[in-house]
Amino acid sequence: MRAFITSVYLFLYAPIALVVLFSFNAGRNASEFIGFSTQWYGKALGNSFLMNALWNSLVIGLTSALLAALFGTMAALAMERMSPRMRAIFDGLFSAAIVVPGVVIGIATLVALVEVFNFVNPVLTAIWPGEAAPKLGLGYGSVIAAHGLFSMALVTMIVKARIASLGRDIVEASSDLYATPFTTFRSIVLPQILPSIVAGFLLAFTFSFDDFIIAFFVAGSKTTLPMYVFASIRRGITPEINAVASMVLAASLLMIVGARSLMRERKPASSETE
Amino acid sequence: MASLDTRKKLVTAALIAPAALWLFFFLVLPFIAMVGFSFGERGAAGGYQPGFTLEHYANLGARSMAYVNTLTLAPIGSLLCLLIAYPAAYYLAVKSNPNHRLLLVSLVIIPFWTSLLVRTYAWMYILGSRGIPNLLDMIGIENVRMLNTPGAVLLGIVYGYLPLMIMPIYVSLEKLDRRLLEASADLGARPISTFFSVTLPLSLPGVMTGVALVTILLLGEYLIPQLLGGGKVFFLGNALVDLFLQSRNWPFGSAIAVTLVLIVVIVLMIAMRIAWRVSGTRQVDLV
Repeated sequence: MRAFITSVYLFLYAPIALVVLFSFNAGRNASEFIGFSTQWYGKALGNSFLMNALWNSLVIGLTSALLAALFGTMAALAMERMSPRMRAIFDGLFSAAIVVPGVVIGIATLVALVEVFNFVNPVLTAIWPGEAAPKLGLGYGSVIAAHGLFSMALVTMIVKARIASLGRDIVEASSDLYATPFTTFRSIVLPQILPSIVAGFLLAFTFSFDDFIIAFFVAGSKTTLPMYVFASIRRGITPEINAVASMVLAASLLMIVGARSLMRERKPASSETE
Repeated sequence: MASLDTRKKLVTAALIAPAALWLFFFLVLPFIAMVGFSFGERGAAGGYQPGFTLEHYANLGARSMAYVNTLTLAPIGSLLCLLIAYPAAYYLAVKSNPNHRLLLVSLVIIPFWTSLLVRTYAWMYILGSRGIPNLLDMIGIENVRMLNTPGAVLLGIVYGYLPLMIMPIYVSLEKLDRRLLEASADLGARPISTFFSVTLPLSLPGVMTGVALVTILLLGEYLIPQLLGGGKVFFLGNALVDLFLQSRNWPFGSAIAVTLVLIVVIVLMIAMRIAWRVSGTRQVDLV
Protein backbone atom coordinates (compact mmCIF):
# COMPACT_ATOMS: atom_id res chain seq x y z
CA MET A 1 0.00 0.00 0.00
CA ARG A 2 2.79 2.40 0.94
CA ALA A 3 4.76 1.41 -2.14
CA PHE A 4 1.68 2.00 -4.26
CA ILE A 5 1.02 5.52 -2.96
CA THR A 6 4.73 6.36 -3.29
CA SER A 7 4.67 5.35 -6.95
CA VAL A 8 1.53 7.46 -7.48
CA TYR A 9 3.41 10.50 -6.17
CA LEU A 10 6.42 9.63 -8.32
CA PHE A 11 4.15 9.33 -11.34
CA LEU A 12 2.55 12.71 -10.58
CA TYR A 13 5.74 14.64 -9.92
CA ALA A 14 8.54 13.02 -11.98
CA PRO A 15 7.50 14.62 -15.31
CA ILE A 16 7.20 18.02 -13.66
CA ALA A 17 10.60 17.59 -12.00
CA LEU A 18 12.10 16.68 -15.37
CA VAL A 19 10.88 19.88 -17.00
CA VAL A 20 12.22 21.97 -14.12
CA LEU A 21 15.54 20.12 -14.16
CA PHE A 22 16.08 20.66 -17.89
CA SER A 23 15.20 24.34 -17.58
CA PHE A 24 18.53 24.63 -15.74
CA ASN A 25 20.45 22.78 -18.43
CA ALA A 26 23.60 24.54 -19.61
CA GLY A 27 23.40 22.96 -23.06
CA ARG A 28 20.77 23.61 -25.67
CA ASN A 29 20.17 19.91 -26.17
CA ALA A 30 16.78 19.08 -24.73
CA SER A 31 17.58 15.55 -23.59
CA GLU A 32 21.13 15.61 -22.25
CA PHE A 33 21.91 17.41 -19.02
CA ILE A 34 25.45 18.78 -19.25
CA GLY A 35 25.56 21.31 -16.45
CA PHE A 36 23.69 23.80 -14.33
CA SER A 37 22.87 27.23 -15.71
CA THR A 38 20.19 29.85 -15.34
CA GLN A 39 20.88 31.33 -18.78
CA TRP A 40 17.55 30.14 -20.23
CA TYR A 41 15.61 32.06 -17.61
CA GLY A 42 17.52 35.16 -18.68
CA LYS A 43 16.78 34.46 -22.34
CA ALA A 44 13.09 33.87 -21.57
CA LEU A 45 12.80 37.08 -19.56
CA GLY A 46 14.51 39.01 -22.34
CA ASN A 47 12.19 37.63 -25.05
CA SER A 48 9.80 40.45 -25.94
CA PHE A 49 7.19 38.20 -27.63
CA LEU A 50 7.09 36.08 -24.53
CA MET A 51 6.85 39.05 -22.17
CA ASN A 52 4.07 40.47 -24.31
CA ALA A 53 2.16 37.17 -24.06
CA LEU A 54 2.71 37.15 -20.29
CA TRP A 55 1.37 40.69 -20.04
CA ASN A 56 -1.74 39.77 -22.08
CA SER A 57 -2.35 36.76 -19.82
CA LEU A 58 -2.00 38.90 -16.69
CA VAL A 59 -4.41 41.56 -17.97
CA ILE A 60 -6.98 38.96 -19.06
CA GLY A 61 -6.59 36.82 -15.94
CA LEU A 62 -6.84 39.70 -13.48
CA THR A 63 -9.78 41.40 -15.20
CA SER A 64 -11.83 38.26 -15.76
CA ALA A 65 -11.15 36.98 -12.23
CA LEU A 66 -12.05 40.35 -10.66
CA LEU A 67 -15.30 40.61 -12.62
CA ALA A 68 -16.07 36.96 -11.86
CA ALA A 69 -15.41 37.43 -8.12
CA LEU A 70 -17.63 40.51 -7.97
CA PHE A 71 -20.55 39.30 -10.12
CA GLY A 72 -20.25 35.70 -8.92
CA THR A 73 -20.51 36.77 -5.27
CA MET A 74 -23.47 39.03 -6.04
CA ALA A 75 -25.16 36.12 -7.83
CA ALA A 76 -24.52 33.77 -4.91
CA LEU A 77 -26.10 36.30 -2.51
CA ALA A 78 -29.06 36.81 -4.87
CA MET A 79 -29.67 33.07 -5.19
CA GLU A 80 -30.10 32.85 -1.41
CA ARG A 81 -33.12 35.13 -1.72
CA MET A 82 -34.75 33.61 -4.80
CA SER A 83 -37.79 31.43 -5.20
CA PRO A 84 -36.88 27.75 -5.60
CA ARG A 85 -37.83 27.80 -9.27
CA MET A 86 -35.65 30.80 -10.16
CA ARG A 87 -32.82 29.30 -8.15
CA ALA A 88 -33.12 26.06 -10.13
CA ILE A 89 -32.91 27.99 -13.40
CA PHE A 90 -29.72 29.80 -12.36
CA ASP A 91 -28.28 26.61 -10.89
CA GLY A 92 -28.79 25.00 -14.29
CA LEU A 93 -27.19 27.89 -16.16
CA PHE A 94 -24.14 28.04 -13.86
CA SER A 95 -23.70 24.26 -14.10
CA ALA A 96 -23.91 24.54 -17.89
CA ALA A 97 -21.18 27.21 -17.85
CA ILE A 98 -18.98 24.72 -15.98
CA VAL A 99 -19.91 21.52 -17.81
CA VAL A 100 -19.91 22.70 -21.44
CA PRO A 101 -16.44 21.90 -22.82
CA GLY A 102 -14.06 24.86 -23.19
CA VAL A 103 -13.67 24.13 -26.87
CA VAL A 104 -17.43 24.63 -27.38
CA ILE A 105 -17.48 27.81 -25.24
CA GLY A 106 -14.66 29.15 -27.41
CA ILE A 107 -16.44 28.29 -30.65
CA ALA A 108 -19.85 29.56 -29.55
CA THR A 109 -18.35 32.86 -28.36
CA LEU A 110 -16.42 33.23 -31.62
CA VAL A 111 -19.45 32.47 -33.78
CA ALA A 112 -21.74 34.83 -31.86
CA LEU A 113 -19.20 37.68 -31.70
CA VAL A 114 -18.40 37.50 -35.41
CA GLU A 115 -22.12 37.79 -36.08
CA VAL A 116 -22.34 40.83 -33.77
CA PHE A 117 -19.25 42.46 -35.35
CA ASN A 118 -20.64 41.94 -38.86
CA PHE A 119 -23.76 43.76 -37.79
CA VAL A 120 -22.27 46.51 -35.64
CA ASN A 121 -19.15 47.51 -37.59
CA PRO A 122 -20.90 48.79 -40.76
CA VAL A 123 -23.35 50.72 -38.58
CA LEU A 124 -20.47 52.24 -36.59
CA THR A 125 -18.71 53.27 -39.81
CA ALA A 126 -21.89 54.87 -41.10
CA ILE A 127 -22.66 56.93 -38.01
CA TRP A 128 -19.09 57.75 -36.91
CA PRO A 129 -18.47 61.50 -37.19
CA GLY A 130 -14.70 61.30 -37.69
CA GLU A 131 -12.62 59.71 -40.45
CA ALA A 132 -11.67 56.30 -39.06
CA ALA A 133 -14.45 54.61 -37.13
CA PRO A 134 -13.35 52.19 -34.38
CA LYS A 135 -13.74 48.59 -35.47
CA LEU A 136 -14.93 46.02 -32.96
CA GLY A 137 -12.88 42.85 -33.07
CA LEU A 138 -11.59 39.90 -31.11
CA GLY A 139 -9.10 40.69 -28.36
CA TYR A 140 -8.96 41.32 -24.64
CA GLY A 141 -12.73 41.82 -24.36
CA SER A 142 -13.72 38.52 -25.96
CA VAL A 143 -11.26 36.44 -23.92
CA ILE A 144 -12.21 38.20 -20.67
CA ALA A 145 -15.90 37.56 -21.37
CA ALA A 146 -15.38 33.88 -22.21
CA HIS A 147 -13.01 33.20 -19.29
CA GLY A 148 -15.22 35.22 -16.96
CA LEU A 149 -18.21 33.02 -17.75
CA PHE A 150 -16.59 29.87 -16.38
CA SER A 151 -14.89 31.76 -13.55
CA MET A 152 -18.09 33.47 -12.44
CA ALA A 153 -19.87 30.11 -12.28
CA LEU A 154 -16.97 28.74 -10.24
CA VAL A 155 -17.04 31.67 -7.78
CA THR A 156 -20.82 31.42 -7.44
CA MET A 157 -20.62 27.71 -6.60
CA ILE A 158 -17.86 28.21 -4.02
CA VAL A 159 -19.43 31.25 -2.33
CA LYS A 160 -22.88 29.63 -2.36
CA ALA A 161 -21.50 26.60 -0.55
CA ARG A 162 -19.96 28.92 2.06
CA ILE A 163 -23.17 30.88 2.53
CA ALA A 164 -25.11 27.64 3.00
CA SER A 165 -22.82 26.70 5.90
CA LEU A 166 -23.19 30.07 7.65
CA GLY A 167 -25.05 30.14 10.95
CA ARG A 168 -28.52 31.66 10.36
CA ASP A 169 -28.96 32.60 14.01
CA ILE A 170 -26.20 35.19 14.04
CA VAL A 171 -27.70 36.97 11.01
CA GLU A 172 -31.10 36.96 12.72
CA ALA A 173 -29.58 38.21 15.96
CA SER A 174 -28.03 41.07 14.05
CA SER A 175 -31.36 42.22 12.62
CA ASP A 176 -33.06 41.68 15.98
CA LEU A 177 -30.58 44.22 17.32
CA TYR A 178 -31.84 46.68 14.66
CA ALA A 179 -28.86 46.50 12.36
CA THR A 180 -29.79 47.51 8.80
CA PRO A 181 -29.50 44.73 6.21
CA PHE A 182 -26.42 46.48 4.83
CA THR A 183 -24.73 46.69 8.23
CA THR A 184 -25.53 43.04 8.85
CA PHE A 185 -24.01 42.16 5.50
CA ARG A 186 -20.89 44.26 6.03
CA SER A 187 -20.12 43.25 9.58
CA ILE A 188 -21.52 39.69 9.80
CA VAL A 189 -21.82 38.03 6.38
CA LEU A 190 -18.98 39.56 4.38
CA PRO A 191 -16.15 38.76 6.81
CA GLN A 192 -17.30 35.15 6.86
CA ILE A 193 -17.56 34.69 3.10
CA LEU A 194 -14.53 36.79 2.19
CA PRO A 195 -12.04 33.90 2.26
CA SER A 196 -14.20 31.92 -0.17
CA ILE A 197 -14.47 34.95 -2.47
CA VAL A 198 -10.69 35.38 -2.50
CA ALA A 199 -10.25 31.63 -3.05
CA GLY A 200 -12.69 31.85 -5.97
CA PHE A 201 -10.74 34.79 -7.37
CA LEU A 202 -7.43 32.90 -7.18
CA LEU A 203 -8.91 29.77 -8.77
CA ALA A 204 -10.46 31.93 -11.50
CA PHE A 205 -7.13 33.61 -12.15
CA THR A 206 -5.36 30.23 -12.27
CA PHE A 207 -7.94 28.93 -14.73
CA SER A 208 -7.62 31.96 -17.00
CA PHE A 209 -3.83 31.93 -16.77
CA ASP A 210 -3.68 28.25 -17.80
CA ASP A 211 -6.46 28.19 -20.37
CA PHE A 212 -5.33 27.49 -23.88
CA ILE A 213 -8.33 26.35 -25.87
CA ILE A 214 -10.81 29.18 -25.26
CA ALA A 215 -8.18 31.85 -25.89
CA PHE A 216 -7.08 29.97 -29.03
CA PHE A 217 -10.53 30.67 -30.52
CA VAL A 218 -11.38 34.14 -29.27
CA ALA A 219 -8.09 35.96 -28.62
CA GLY A 220 -7.71 37.22 -32.19
CA SER A 221 -4.22 38.71 -32.52
CA LYS A 222 -3.64 38.87 -28.75
CA THR A 223 -1.36 35.97 -27.87
CA THR A 224 -1.67 34.66 -24.31
CA LEU A 225 1.10 32.81 -22.50
CA PRO A 226 -0.37 29.29 -23.02
CA MET A 227 -0.86 30.14 -26.72
CA TYR A 228 2.80 31.15 -26.92
CA VAL A 229 3.95 28.01 -25.10
CA PHE A 230 1.77 25.82 -27.33
CA ALA A 231 3.14 27.37 -30.52
CA SER A 232 6.73 27.01 -29.23
CA ILE A 233 6.26 23.36 -28.33
CA ARG A 234 5.16 22.64 -31.87
CA ARG A 235 8.37 24.22 -33.15
CA GLY A 236 10.37 21.94 -30.86
CA ILE A 237 11.12 21.75 -27.16
CA THR A 238 13.91 24.08 -26.07
CA PRO A 239 15.43 24.80 -22.66
CA GLU A 240 13.93 28.29 -22.95
CA ILE A 241 10.42 26.81 -23.11
CA ASN A 242 11.30 24.62 -20.12
CA ALA A 243 12.26 27.78 -18.24
CA VAL A 244 8.96 29.43 -19.18
CA ALA A 245 7.06 26.30 -18.20
CA SER A 246 8.84 26.20 -14.83
CA MET A 247 7.89 29.81 -14.17
CA VAL A 248 4.27 29.12 -15.15
CA LEU A 249 4.24 26.12 -12.80
CA ALA A 250 5.69 28.20 -9.97
CA ALA A 251 3.10 30.94 -10.52
CA SER A 252 0.11 28.59 -10.56
CA LEU A 253 1.54 26.72 -7.58
CA LEU A 254 1.61 29.95 -5.56
CA MET A 255 -1.97 30.74 -6.59
CA ILE A 256 -3.30 27.31 -5.71
CA VAL A 257 -1.54 27.15 -2.37
CA GLY A 258 -3.03 30.55 -1.56
CA ALA A 259 -6.52 29.57 -2.67
CA ARG A 260 -6.54 26.32 -0.77
CA SER A 261 -5.28 27.77 2.46
CA LEU A 262 -8.03 30.39 2.24
CA MET A 263 -10.73 27.80 1.58
CA ARG A 264 -9.54 25.83 4.58
CA GLU A 265 -9.31 28.87 6.86
CA ARG A 266 -12.09 29.43 9.38
CA LYS A 267 -13.54 25.96 8.89
CA PRO A 268 -12.97 25.04 12.55
CA ALA A 269 -14.63 28.33 13.55
CA SER A 270 -17.72 27.58 11.50
CA SER A 271 -18.10 24.11 13.00
CA GLU A 272 -18.03 25.74 16.43
CA THR A 273 -20.98 27.99 15.60
CA GLU A 274 -23.02 25.22 14.07
CA MET B 1 -42.94 54.01 -0.71
CA ALA B 2 -42.01 50.58 -1.89
CA SER B 3 -43.01 47.89 0.54
CA LEU B 4 -40.32 45.84 2.23
CA ASP B 5 -41.11 42.90 -0.02
CA THR B 6 -40.79 44.90 -3.25
CA ARG B 7 -37.53 46.36 -2.04
CA LYS B 8 -36.18 42.93 -1.30
CA LYS B 9 -37.11 41.79 -4.80
CA LEU B 10 -35.42 44.82 -6.34
CA VAL B 11 -32.20 44.18 -4.43
CA THR B 12 -32.23 40.53 -5.51
CA ALA B 13 -32.76 41.55 -9.14
CA ALA B 14 -29.92 44.10 -8.93
CA LEU B 15 -27.60 41.47 -7.44
CA ILE B 16 -28.29 38.85 -10.10
CA ALA B 17 -28.47 41.27 -13.06
CA PRO B 18 -24.76 41.29 -14.09
CA ALA B 19 -24.49 37.50 -13.85
CA ALA B 20 -27.78 37.03 -15.70
CA LEU B 21 -26.70 39.36 -18.51
CA TRP B 22 -23.33 37.61 -18.74
CA LEU B 23 -24.95 34.19 -18.87
CA PHE B 24 -27.37 35.40 -21.52
CA PHE B 25 -24.88 37.15 -23.80
CA PHE B 26 -21.97 34.73 -23.46
CA LEU B 27 -23.66 31.37 -22.92
CA VAL B 28 -27.30 31.27 -24.03
CA LEU B 29 -27.06 33.56 -27.05
CA PRO B 30 -23.80 32.08 -28.41
CA PHE B 31 -25.22 28.60 -28.06
CA ILE B 32 -28.37 29.59 -29.98
CA ALA B 33 -26.16 31.22 -32.64
CA MET B 34 -24.11 28.05 -32.91
CA VAL B 35 -27.20 25.88 -33.37
CA GLY B 36 -28.32 28.37 -36.05
CA PHE B 37 -24.94 28.17 -37.79
CA SER B 38 -25.13 24.38 -37.85
CA PHE B 39 -28.12 24.63 -40.22
CA GLY B 40 -26.50 27.31 -42.38
CA GLU B 41 -24.32 27.09 -45.47
CA ARG B 42 -20.61 27.40 -45.84
CA GLY B 43 -19.47 30.75 -47.22
CA ALA B 44 -17.56 30.86 -50.53
CA ALA B 45 -14.33 31.81 -48.74
CA GLY B 46 -15.09 29.72 -45.66
CA GLY B 47 -17.01 30.96 -42.67
CA TYR B 48 -20.79 31.09 -42.79
CA GLN B 49 -23.65 32.07 -45.05
CA PRO B 50 -27.30 32.17 -44.01
CA GLY B 51 -29.39 29.26 -45.19
CA PHE B 52 -31.16 26.16 -44.03
CA THR B 53 -29.85 22.69 -44.66
CA LEU B 54 -29.49 19.45 -42.76
CA GLU B 55 -26.50 18.35 -44.83
CA HIS B 56 -23.98 19.03 -42.07
CA TYR B 57 -25.76 16.68 -39.72
CA ALA B 58 -26.11 14.08 -42.49
CA ASN B 59 -22.38 14.44 -43.09
CA LEU B 60 -21.24 13.81 -39.49
CA GLY B 61 -19.93 10.38 -40.52
CA ALA B 62 -17.08 12.13 -42.34
CA ARG B 63 -15.55 12.68 -38.90
CA SER B 64 -16.48 9.27 -37.51
CA MET B 65 -12.90 8.62 -36.31
CA ALA B 66 -13.13 11.62 -33.96
CA TYR B 67 -16.42 10.31 -32.57
CA VAL B 68 -15.06 6.80 -32.17
CA ASN B 69 -11.84 7.98 -30.48
CA THR B 70 -13.67 10.34 -28.14
CA LEU B 71 -16.35 7.84 -27.19
CA THR B 72 -13.88 5.01 -26.54
CA LEU B 73 -10.76 6.71 -25.16
CA ALA B 74 -12.62 9.10 -22.83
CA PRO B 75 -14.47 6.35 -20.89
CA ILE B 76 -11.50 3.96 -21.01
CA GLY B 77 -9.20 6.71 -19.75
CA SER B 78 -11.69 7.54 -17.01
CA LEU B 79 -11.86 3.89 -15.88
CA LEU B 80 -8.06 3.58 -15.91
CA CYS B 81 -7.95 6.67 -13.70
CA LEU B 82 -10.43 5.01 -11.36
CA LEU B 83 -8.33 1.83 -11.09
CA ILE B 84 -5.35 3.83 -9.81
CA ALA B 85 -7.34 6.47 -7.95
CA TYR B 86 -9.39 4.16 -5.74
CA PRO B 87 -6.50 2.49 -3.89
CA ALA B 88 -4.74 5.85 -3.66
CA ALA B 89 -7.81 7.54 -2.18
CA TYR B 90 -8.31 4.57 0.14
CA TYR B 91 -4.78 4.87 1.43
CA LEU B 92 -5.12 8.63 1.96
CA ALA B 93 -8.48 8.43 3.72
CA VAL B 94 -8.10 5.26 5.76
CA LYS B 95 -4.49 4.15 6.08
CA SER B 96 -2.44 7.33 6.14
CA ASN B 97 -1.23 9.02 9.29
CA PRO B 98 -3.89 11.64 10.18
CA ASN B 99 -1.17 14.15 11.04
CA HIS B 100 0.21 14.09 7.50
CA ARG B 101 -3.11 13.60 5.76
CA LEU B 102 -3.68 17.23 4.81
CA LEU B 103 -0.25 17.54 3.25
CA LEU B 104 -0.58 14.25 1.36
CA VAL B 105 -3.97 15.26 -0.04
CA SER B 106 -2.70 18.71 -1.06
CA LEU B 107 0.19 17.07 -2.89
CA VAL B 108 -2.35 15.10 -4.93
CA ILE B 109 -4.52 18.07 -5.91
CA ILE B 110 -1.72 20.56 -6.69
CA PRO B 111 -0.82 18.97 -10.06
CA PHE B 112 -4.43 19.25 -11.20
CA TRP B 113 -4.38 23.00 -10.73
CA THR B 114 -1.05 23.50 -12.45
CA SER B 115 -0.86 23.89 -16.20
CA LEU B 116 -2.17 20.85 -18.09
CA LEU B 117 -0.27 22.15 -21.11
CA VAL B 118 3.07 21.99 -19.29
CA ARG B 119 2.32 18.65 -17.63
CA THR B 120 1.30 17.12 -20.96
CA TYR B 121 4.32 18.40 -22.81
CA ALA B 122 6.54 16.82 -20.17
CA TRP B 123 5.32 13.49 -21.54
CA MET B 124 6.24 14.51 -25.11
CA TYR B 125 9.73 14.68 -23.68
CA ILE B 126 9.60 11.30 -21.95
CA LEU B 127 7.85 9.37 -24.71
CA GLY B 128 9.59 11.13 -27.61
CA SER B 129 12.41 9.51 -29.55
CA ARG B 130 15.05 10.92 -27.20
CA GLY B 131 13.23 9.74 -24.09
CA ILE B 132 12.28 6.19 -23.13
CA PRO B 133 12.66 4.83 -26.70
CA ASN B 134 16.25 6.12 -26.62
CA LEU B 135 16.91 4.27 -23.33
CA LEU B 136 15.33 1.09 -24.74
CA ASP B 137 17.56 1.46 -27.78
CA MET B 138 20.64 1.41 -25.54
CA ILE B 139 19.68 -1.95 -24.06
CA GLY B 140 18.99 -3.36 -27.49
CA ILE B 141 15.26 -2.88 -27.96
CA GLU B 142 15.13 -0.86 -31.13
CA ASN B 143 12.62 1.30 -32.92
CA VAL B 144 9.98 1.49 -30.23
CA ARG B 145 7.49 4.21 -30.99
CA MET B 146 5.53 5.60 -28.06
CA LEU B 147 4.49 9.12 -29.00
CA ASN B 148 1.48 9.62 -31.29
CA THR B 149 -0.24 6.39 -30.31
CA PRO B 150 -3.57 5.78 -28.54
CA GLY B 151 -1.54 4.42 -25.63
CA ALA B 152 0.29 7.73 -25.25
CA VAL B 153 -3.04 9.57 -25.22
CA LEU B 154 -4.40 7.23 -22.53
CA LEU B 155 -1.26 7.73 -20.46
CA GLY B 156 -1.64 11.50 -20.79
CA ILE B 157 -5.29 11.24 -19.77
CA VAL B 158 -4.53 9.17 -16.67
CA TYR B 159 -1.71 11.53 -15.75
CA GLY B 160 -3.72 14.69 -16.30
CA TYR B 161 -6.94 13.65 -14.58
CA LEU B 162 -5.82 11.28 -11.82
CA PRO B 163 -5.93 14.02 -9.13
CA LEU B 164 -9.48 14.92 -10.11
CA MET B 165 -10.52 11.26 -9.77
CA ILE B 166 -8.80 10.81 -6.41
CA MET B 167 -10.43 13.83 -4.73
CA PRO B 168 -14.16 12.91 -4.73
CA ILE B 169 -13.38 9.29 -3.80
CA TYR B 170 -11.17 10.51 -0.97
CA VAL B 171 -13.93 12.80 0.29
CA SER B 172 -16.54 10.02 0.36
CA LEU B 173 -14.14 7.59 2.06
CA GLU B 174 -13.14 10.22 4.59
CA LYS B 175 -16.77 10.87 5.56
CA LEU B 176 -17.29 7.16 6.14
CA ASP B 177 -18.40 6.39 9.69
CA ARG B 178 -15.58 4.40 11.32
CA ARG B 179 -18.02 2.79 13.76
CA LEU B 180 -19.56 0.86 10.85
CA LEU B 181 -16.19 -0.71 10.14
CA GLU B 182 -15.71 -1.60 13.81
CA ALA B 183 -19.22 -3.04 13.97
CA SER B 184 -18.51 -5.14 10.92
CA ALA B 185 -15.29 -6.43 12.49
CA ASP B 186 -17.03 -7.08 15.82
CA LEU B 187 -19.60 -9.17 14.00
CA GLY B 188 -16.80 -11.36 12.76
CA ALA B 189 -16.37 -10.09 9.20
CA ARG B 190 -12.87 -10.40 7.81
CA PRO B 191 -11.33 -7.12 6.60
CA ILE B 192 -11.82 -8.11 2.98
CA SER B 193 -15.53 -8.76 3.36
CA THR B 194 -15.93 -5.56 5.41
CA PHE B 195 -14.37 -3.73 2.48
CA PHE B 196 -16.72 -5.26 -0.09
CA SER B 197 -19.91 -5.09 1.96
CA VAL B 198 -19.40 -1.78 3.82
CA THR B 199 -16.58 0.44 2.55
CA LEU B 200 -16.98 0.00 -1.20
CA PRO B 201 -20.79 0.51 -1.36
CA LEU B 202 -20.58 3.61 0.84
CA SER B 203 -17.88 5.16 -1.35
CA LEU B 204 -19.83 4.65 -4.58
CA PRO B 205 -21.20 8.24 -4.67
CA GLY B 206 -17.60 9.53 -4.73
CA VAL B 207 -16.70 7.03 -7.43
CA MET B 208 -19.70 8.19 -9.47
CA THR B 209 -18.78 11.86 -9.11
CA GLY B 210 -15.19 11.16 -10.11
CA VAL B 211 -16.05 9.06 -13.15
CA ALA B 212 -18.71 11.55 -14.30
CA LEU B 213 -16.43 14.58 -13.85
CA VAL B 214 -13.43 13.07 -15.58
CA THR B 215 -15.43 11.55 -18.44
CA ILE B 216 -17.28 14.81 -19.12
CA LEU B 217 -14.06 16.85 -19.12
CA LEU B 218 -12.36 14.28 -21.38
CA LEU B 219 -15.14 14.42 -23.96
CA GLY B 220 -14.06 17.99 -24.80
CA GLU B 221 -10.32 17.37 -24.48
CA TYR B 222 -8.02 18.96 -27.01
CA LEU B 223 -4.49 19.32 -25.65
CA ILE B 224 -3.73 15.71 -24.72
CA PRO B 225 -4.73 14.14 -28.06
CA GLN B 226 -3.05 17.02 -29.89
CA LEU B 227 0.31 16.80 -28.11
CA LEU B 228 0.55 13.07 -27.37
CA GLY B 229 -1.54 11.69 -30.24
CA GLY B 230 0.09 13.80 -32.96
CA GLY B 231 -2.18 14.05 -35.96
CA LYS B 232 -3.30 10.47 -35.49
CA VAL B 233 -5.50 10.13 -32.43
CA PHE B 234 -8.12 12.80 -33.04
CA PHE B 235 -10.81 13.72 -30.51
CA LEU B 236 -13.88 15.85 -31.28
CA GLY B 237 -12.07 18.86 -29.77
CA ASN B 238 -9.28 18.44 -32.32
CA ALA B 239 -11.79 18.07 -35.16
CA LEU B 240 -13.43 21.31 -34.01
CA VAL B 241 -10.19 23.28 -33.96
CA ASP B 242 -9.39 21.93 -37.42
CA LEU B 243 -12.81 22.82 -38.82
CA PHE B 244 -12.99 26.31 -37.36
CA LEU B 245 -9.42 27.54 -37.57
CA GLN B 246 -7.92 25.62 -40.52
CA SER B 247 -10.55 24.53 -43.04
CA ARG B 248 -12.94 27.27 -41.93
CA ASN B 249 -16.04 25.14 -42.40
CA TRP B 250 -18.08 26.83 -39.68
CA PRO B 251 -21.51 25.23 -40.27
CA PHE B 252 -20.10 21.68 -40.24
CA GLY B 253 -18.01 22.54 -37.18
CA SER B 254 -21.10 23.92 -35.46
CA ALA B 255 -23.00 20.71 -36.16
CA ILE B 256 -20.19 18.70 -34.53
CA ALA B 257 -20.07 21.12 -31.56
CA VAL B 258 -23.84 20.74 -31.06
CA THR B 259 -23.52 16.94 -31.02
CA LEU B 260 -20.61 17.21 -28.55
CA VAL B 261 -22.78 19.21 -26.15
CA LEU B 262 -25.59 16.64 -26.58
CA ILE B 263 -23.15 13.83 -25.75
CA VAL B 264 -22.02 15.70 -22.61
CA VAL B 265 -25.65 16.23 -21.56
CA ILE B 266 -26.52 12.56 -22.12
CA VAL B 267 -23.49 11.39 -20.11
CA LEU B 268 -24.39 13.82 -17.33
CA MET B 269 -27.99 12.60 -17.24
CA ILE B 270 -26.88 8.96 -17.09
CA ALA B 271 -24.48 9.87 -14.27
CA MET B 272 -27.24 11.64 -12.33
CA ARG B 273 -29.58 8.70 -12.76
CA ILE B 274 -26.96 6.25 -11.49
CA ALA B 275 -26.08 8.63 -8.63
CA TRP B 276 -29.74 8.67 -7.68
CA ARG B 277 -29.87 4.88 -7.64
CA VAL B 278 -26.68 4.57 -5.64
CA SER B 279 -27.18 7.23 -3.01
CA GLY B 280 -30.79 8.39 -3.22
CA THR B 281 -29.77 11.88 -4.30
CA ARG B 282 -29.62 13.34 -7.77
CA GLN B 283 -26.73 15.53 -6.78
CA VAL B 284 -23.51 14.99 -8.71
CA ASP B 285 -21.16 17.54 -7.20
CA LEU B 286 -19.26 19.23 -9.98
CA VAL B 287 -17.12 21.63 -8.04
